[in-house]
Amino acid sequence: MDRNLKRIALENSDTIVKMWMNEINTIKDGNYTATISDDLFESTNREFVNVIFASIKDQGSSKVVEDFSEKIIQLGWPLSYITDGLQIFRRVTIEYILNNSEKVNSDYFSKVLESVDLWVEPIIRRLVNEYSGSWEHTVSLQRVALQELSAPLIPVLEGITVMPLIGTIDTDRAKLIMENLLEGVMQHNSEVVLIDITGVPVVDTMVAHHIIQAAEAVRLIGATCILVGIRPEIAQTIVNLGIDLGKFPTKSSLKKGFMTALELMNRKIVDLDSKEESIEKMIESIKGE
Amino acid sequence: MMSSQSCVTIQKEWDIVAARQLGREIAKKIGVGTVDQARIATAVSEIARNIYLYAKNGQVCFDVIDTIDQKGILIIAEDSGPGIEDISQVMEDGYSTSGGLGAGLPGVKRLMDEFDIKSEVDKGTVIKTIKWVRK
Repeated sequence: MDRNLKRIALENSDTIVKMWMNEINTIKDGNYTATISDDLFESTNREFVNVIFASIKDQGSSKVVEDFSEKIIQLGWPLSYITDGLQIFRRVTIEYILNNSEKVNSDYFSKVLESVDLWVEPIIRRLVNEYSGSWEHTVSLQRVALQELSAPLIPVLEGITVMPLIGTIDTDRAKLIMENLLEGVMQHNSEVVLIDITGVPVVDTMVAHHIIQAAEAVRLIGATCILVGIRPEIAQTIVNLGIDLGKFPTKSSLKKGFMTALELMNRKIVDLDSKEESIEKMIESIKGE
Repeated sequence: MMSSQSCVTIQKEWDIVAARQLGREIAKKIGVGTVDQARIATAVSEIARNIYLYAKNGQVCFDVIDTIDQKGILIIAEDSGPGIEDISQVMEDGYSTSGGLGAGLPGVKRLMDEFDIKSEVDKGTVIKTIKWVRK
């Protein structure tokens, strides 16, 4: 029975393809594929329907379907193009077979439905899987990329390191910040670490809690943590929330924090010009003698 | 007069970010200043995090209140989680069951202008809070 139906479908593939093409062209307008050029749409449609027939012929051959899905994903066509296309294929095929059968009773009808479903289902499953697989892949790549720019530690001077934080801090990132911070302090032999939160949009209790913990951990290994980049509105929300950040120094800007760090280490930035001037004066005075 | 609500479902940690971004956006639209925008975003962050941490699943909805006298943003956070046994306890500073700072809910109350919490054990929690636009 199934083989018989398959034969009908394959033998009349030209007619079915024609019906399918007509149908799919009607959904093109005002829908996701509207911006695609007619030529490309036409050729892709042809390829799509050939893939469907090839798959039916070989009992769901995966290679052609895989190649096709890869191409569609690369073109960036929506998944709904594929599901709509297969839905239309199912509809026109069933319609064609029923119209060209001599006797149609409910038994025959359900047989036809079942067979066509069995042809189309593996293709849908395969294509949807390929699609979601590619999305998952993209998301995981982005997660890795995000992690890479998550919590860098920059040594700026002997003993002074800066960790600029940009963007939302979630639990995973908070852990990473802590790890990088402690590892970096050991590695660079830092005495003062500046955590810059200029780029953190919201400081809620969780973010504050993680920063406090990180600062405390830094203190335990013998370094000092200075929190810098506290914008006025963040300062107000921290006060409103009633968070106590009194255990370590805080500054409004990285610049001020850096000066404090220098003070803590008994260092000073000296203007080179004035030194040169004084040397010149010394030379002058020697000349004078 | 109330306009249509917009809601964010809280299930993952990143939904908290979506909720506070929506809150900030709406606040900006009705003319809330930057400091109050930060307050609203922080408050949303707190209540959305409570949903994520304790109820696992819930919703944060935003509404604009626009009367002749005043204009403001109404935030409704709703969940069907374990509920809170003793509300006066969670409104105390420093009380936390999760090892956090325990400043969340009392903090939200201070960040916002009006604050109302209703909770039933095993039924869930509803928090309604308003920030008025300062004229």
